[in-house]
Amino acid sequence: MEPNYKHLQAAHCENGVATGLLRHHGMEFMTEPLMFGMGSGIFYIHIPFMLVNGGPAISYRSMPGLIFSRTCKALGVKVNRKKFGSEQEAVDYLNKQIQLGNPVGCQVGVYNLPYFPAEYRFHFNAHNIVVFGKENGLYLVSDPVMETVTTLTEEDMRKVRFAKGPLEPKGQVYYPENVKQVSKEQIRMAIAKGIKKTAFEMLYIPGPIAGVSGINYTARQIRKWRDKLGPRKAALYVGQIVRMQEEIGTGGGGFRFLYAAFLEQANGYIANDELLRISDEFTKAGDMWRASAINMGRIFKGRLNEQKDFEESANMLDEIAAVEKQAYKDLRKLKLL
Amino acid sequence: MKKEDVPQDPSALLGVTRDVCYVKDKDGKYTTDLSIGWDVKKQALDNAWDDIKERVAEAALKVKKGEISPIYYFMELKLMDVGLLSSYTGFWKMTIRRHFRPAVFKALSDEKLAVYARVFEITSEELKHFKG
Repeated sequence: MEPNYKHLQAAHCENGVATGLLRHHGMEFMTEPLMFGMGSGIFYIHIPFMLVNGGPAISYRSMPGLIFSRTCKALGVKVNRKKFGSEQEAVDYLNKQIQLGNPVGCQVGVYNLPYFPAEYRFHFNAHNIVVFGKENGLYLVSDPVMETVTTLTEEDMRKVRFAKGPLEPKGQVYYPENVKQVSKEQIRMAIAKGIKKTAFEMLYIPGPIAGVSGINYTARQIRKWRDKLGPRKAALYVGQIVRMQEEIGTGGGGFRFLYAAFLEQANGYIANDELLRISDEFTKAGDMWRASAINMGRIFKGRLNEQKDFEESANMLDEIAAVEKQAYKDLRKLKLL
Repeated sequence: MKKEDVPQDPSALLGVTRDVCYVKDKDGKYTTDLSIGWDVKKQALDNAWDDIKERVAEAALKVKKGEISPIYYFMELKLMDVGLLSSYTGFWKMTIRRHFRPAVFKALSDEKLAVYARVFEITSEELKHFKG
């Protein structure tokens, strides 16, 4: 079969794959912001005592795979997911889907993705791509991070699908099944559900490390780092926050702008001026996240490295938490349906 | 962020791809734009790599002084830690730490060396004779 998948570049890989696959199956209305909002992609958790690449472990997103699952569930679409014990089985399954002309999402590690810039190739395993064809022994790949379609050799594909370490892909392949046309009403329901879920999670997840209070938790940690770890290591930790926060659309500023765009689009389905006003609050929060990254940048560039500079970064995070807390509260109060 | 504020600072993305950014156009509506990079991000990434290079150089020095085996050096070079190396090789972490000792390393069987070499994407000879 002729490969016919339409490449879609996105700010965030899981959104991009999920949006592209649903559009491929005829859901033309789907956009990256809608996917992100319906799937409640925003989250925040700072896991204590755990280190990632020798720095703090913070996640700005829901668990990998959840965005697609939640959105599909809300729209009555079934997601078929497969993980594999044997590499050969995984290869055969992928090849069969390609033969059937069925583009599939694949979870991969980025360390062995040859088309990625070398500087970005860490052992990170929750990247998502669409594989939609094979020509001259090369897989045709639509990677939402890239501007155009790329290719992977069989050997590279095997390596990235069976990367090891945290969040091992185990050859995971997924695709939507049974996609029917959805009504405006269903879309409205999915939007409302996504908003309520995000607001609930960010406000009421118990414990101090997750949701909005997790942002305050990170702020408290930052205040302690310089004394506890010494100026050099503390600066590296701050650098790691910035990387996790702003890298390739995943995290702080990028996610807030995406969410603001979602609320703006939501207003197109559920007319409510409050949605636009709260959208502006998220734009404001996004700008604040970026300002905090710039401030942290001064620390890890070594220009500033006094306790008061760490305090200032921490204060900025507390201010962000306050703005977002109010925004989520307002979202929770909204009568959407 | 407004469209005109999208940072366009050359970074590691240059010539490979650009970042999609959601930004406000002049009518205050959301749209997307592409960024070739942002200095703040570039600095954070550069710093992380400086740190890695330093660790790799330290590891090489330790191998040279005979304090640690080449396995440790190549683990650092491949951005791994003992846990990840354990997943890739199938050896226990404890076993790998033992293999870090130069005396134990010297006595390693060819089979075990081959397992490490495959994971590090080098030949057994390169692994065996790495001098730091």
